Amino acid sequence: MGTVATHGLYKSFGKVQALDGVTLEVPDGSFFVVLGPSGAGKTTTLRAIAGLEKLDAGSVHLDGRDATGDSPAARDLAMVFQNYALYPRHTAYENIASPLRARRCSPSEIAAAVERMSNLLHIERLLQRRPAQLSGGEMQRVALARALVRSPHAFLMDEPLTNLDLKLRVEMRTELTRIHRSLGATFIYVTNDQVEALSMADQVAVLKEGKVQQVGTPTEVYERPANTWVAGFVGSPPINLLACRAEGDRLVGAQGWTLPRPRWSTVEDGRALLLGVRAEDLSVEQRGSASLSGELYGLEPLGDRTVVDVQVGTEILKVKARPTVTATPGERLQVTVDLDRAHLFDADTGLSLAGR
Amino acid sequence: MAVSVDEAVSPGPTRQRRPATRRFGGGRGRSVVEVALLAVLAVVMLFPVLWMIETSIKENRDVYAVPAQFFGFTVTMDHFRDVFIAPGGGRSDLSVAFLNSVLVAGVSTTLATVLGVPAAWAYSRFAVKAKKDQLFFILSTRFMPPVVVVIPIFLMYRQVGLIDTKLGLILIYAAFNLPFTIWMMKGFVDEVPAEYEDAAMLDGYTRLQAFRRFTLPLLVPGIAATAVFALIFSWNEFVFAIFLTSSDEVRTAPPAIAGLIGGTTVDWGLVAAASVVFALPVLIFAYLVRKHLVAGVTLGAVRR
Repeated sequence: MGTVATHGLYKSFGKVQALDGVTLEVPDGSFFVVLGPSGAGKTTTLRAIAGLEKLDAGSVHLDGRDATGDSPAARDLAMVFQNYALYPRHTAYENIASPLRARRCSPSEIAAAVERMSNLLHIERLLQRRPAQLSGGEMQRVALARALVRSPHAFLMDEPLTNLDLKLRVEMRTELTRIHRSLGATFIYVTNDQVEALSMADQVAVLKEGKVQQVGTPTEVYERPANTWVAGFVGSPPINLLACRAEGDRLVGAQGWTLPRPRWSTVEDGRALLLGVRAEDLSVEQRGSASLSGELYGLEPLGDRTVVDVQVGTEILKVKARPTVTATPGERLQVTVDLDRAHLFDADTGLSLAGR
Repeated sequence: MAVSVDEAVSPGPTRQRRPATRRFGGGRGRSVVEVALLAVLAVVMLFPVLWMIETSIKENRDVYAVPAQFFGFTVTMDHFRDVFIAPGGGRSDLSVAFLNSVLVAGVSTTLATVLGVPAAWAYSRFAVKAKKDQLFFILSTRFMPPVVVVIPIFLMYRQVGLIDTKLGLILIYAAFNLPFTIWMMKGFVDEVPAEYEDAAMLDGYTRLQAFRRFTLPLLVPGIAATAVFALIFSWNEFVFAIFLTSSDEVRTAPPAIAGLIGGTTVDWGLVAAASVVFALPVLIFAYLVRKHLVAGVTLGAVRR
């Protein structure tokens, strides 16, 4: 068993409220990602779970047992730090062995465990080196091995891939998912990279300014964002948000456009709304009944696709298109909107008015 | 040309003049001008030291010879014998004073280090209330010249019976070295990432074990550098020693050597020999820990 739960964590550093009532339920064996921009309180949340941060208020429960006052050692958690925190005076072998030595395991046990880890992570030939003699990717593997060498209650990972180059990061993403599956252990993984969150997580908690914005599966967070902030933070390019209001069976935009009212919407007339449409739910190539007219503002070719910037009134819409799309700036375009996949938010609170 | 002299005196603040010095210092050898200037400087700097060493091995009549003899005098080791052995045989007062100095400087430095390193660690790692104010208070105790507090301390010591005791000197030196140790060590502890201790605690060590096993070894160069400075202060200290001690059994070397001057005749040979013996331990100690000293002083510049 390895459930982790936090209840109303509060922590301030001087005037900065780092955690503002963070409540999370991490199911046993899940890959739980805490996603948020820098300064959102992700790392502080993780350190609070690890027992490295003294809380102003709130409690941490491990397997339903209150562990709030426990020392980090007593919590039986393993952590991978963003900068790896490998002991500089110790070899890779000694680094990996450290958690076992702290627990007074026998030398033969330690040797067997370190060997198992080095095979799993392909670092057999690095064991006698010191951290200064390792590359970033190698340090990352050693740090991972040090965490994985024992079977703790849960694994905590603080942006472990941030300091790697892009190619290595993609590799390690796959590898971490593989390791998680083979261990079946609970992973709590902190990142500001939505690609990591969406590709690896069973559950994502989106954090902003010390508050949990939404918890759900990656699909839920992407398809049904709880508010405009989550909608804008998850997804690239960011979601398009257009001010409008409902009038009868139409949506009337602040920029003068009209669209048919989505069938699923139950919003009362006249309320100030934001229509959220992702770039892939807009098209400049297909024709449909629901469309906005605008003119081409710019093109961003990205290789596998091209992002077309279309100016509608004073707002710029990002539209995903095939890489073969051609257009010249200033050209008039019709942007077709897939209203079944659009979102409506309250313009004042930013909260989702989902109904679909 | 002036540039190279600056460079010889203090390599620190002349960084922006590197291109100029490279013309002199770079390549295979130094220029003649540079060597000449360095030689002049060396003579000026080392002359008192050379004079002291020479006087310590001259017979007394050569010491007073006019004109002074720099070469061709009779070399004698009598003065060094007199430093350690009393005229009637047995231990001399000076040798007792040296032992007292070793004891007082050693114990007070150890005390300041043992108390100061954990304090520096605590100030570096923990959210202490009013940390800045506390640290400023600690530093402020070093603002005034020690001599200002000699009389109050003398009176306090007389009340509690610490006058003319080695313990009294040890305590006052430790008290004066502690703020310095805390401030210098805090800088070194700040340089060691706190994550090592975090990682160690998650590995299963307690906070103190984490400090002792993972942070402390990284602090050794800093501790060595700090301890050498504290040791030199205690070893050289004169004002408190002469005010707070009077008997030969308790006196440390600085007041004891000073006490040699002031009779009707001054045995300059003995004074010089005692001074040489007095200067040696610090030199040797600094030489032994020179690697740590350099690493300690430049730690911030080369890490990470």
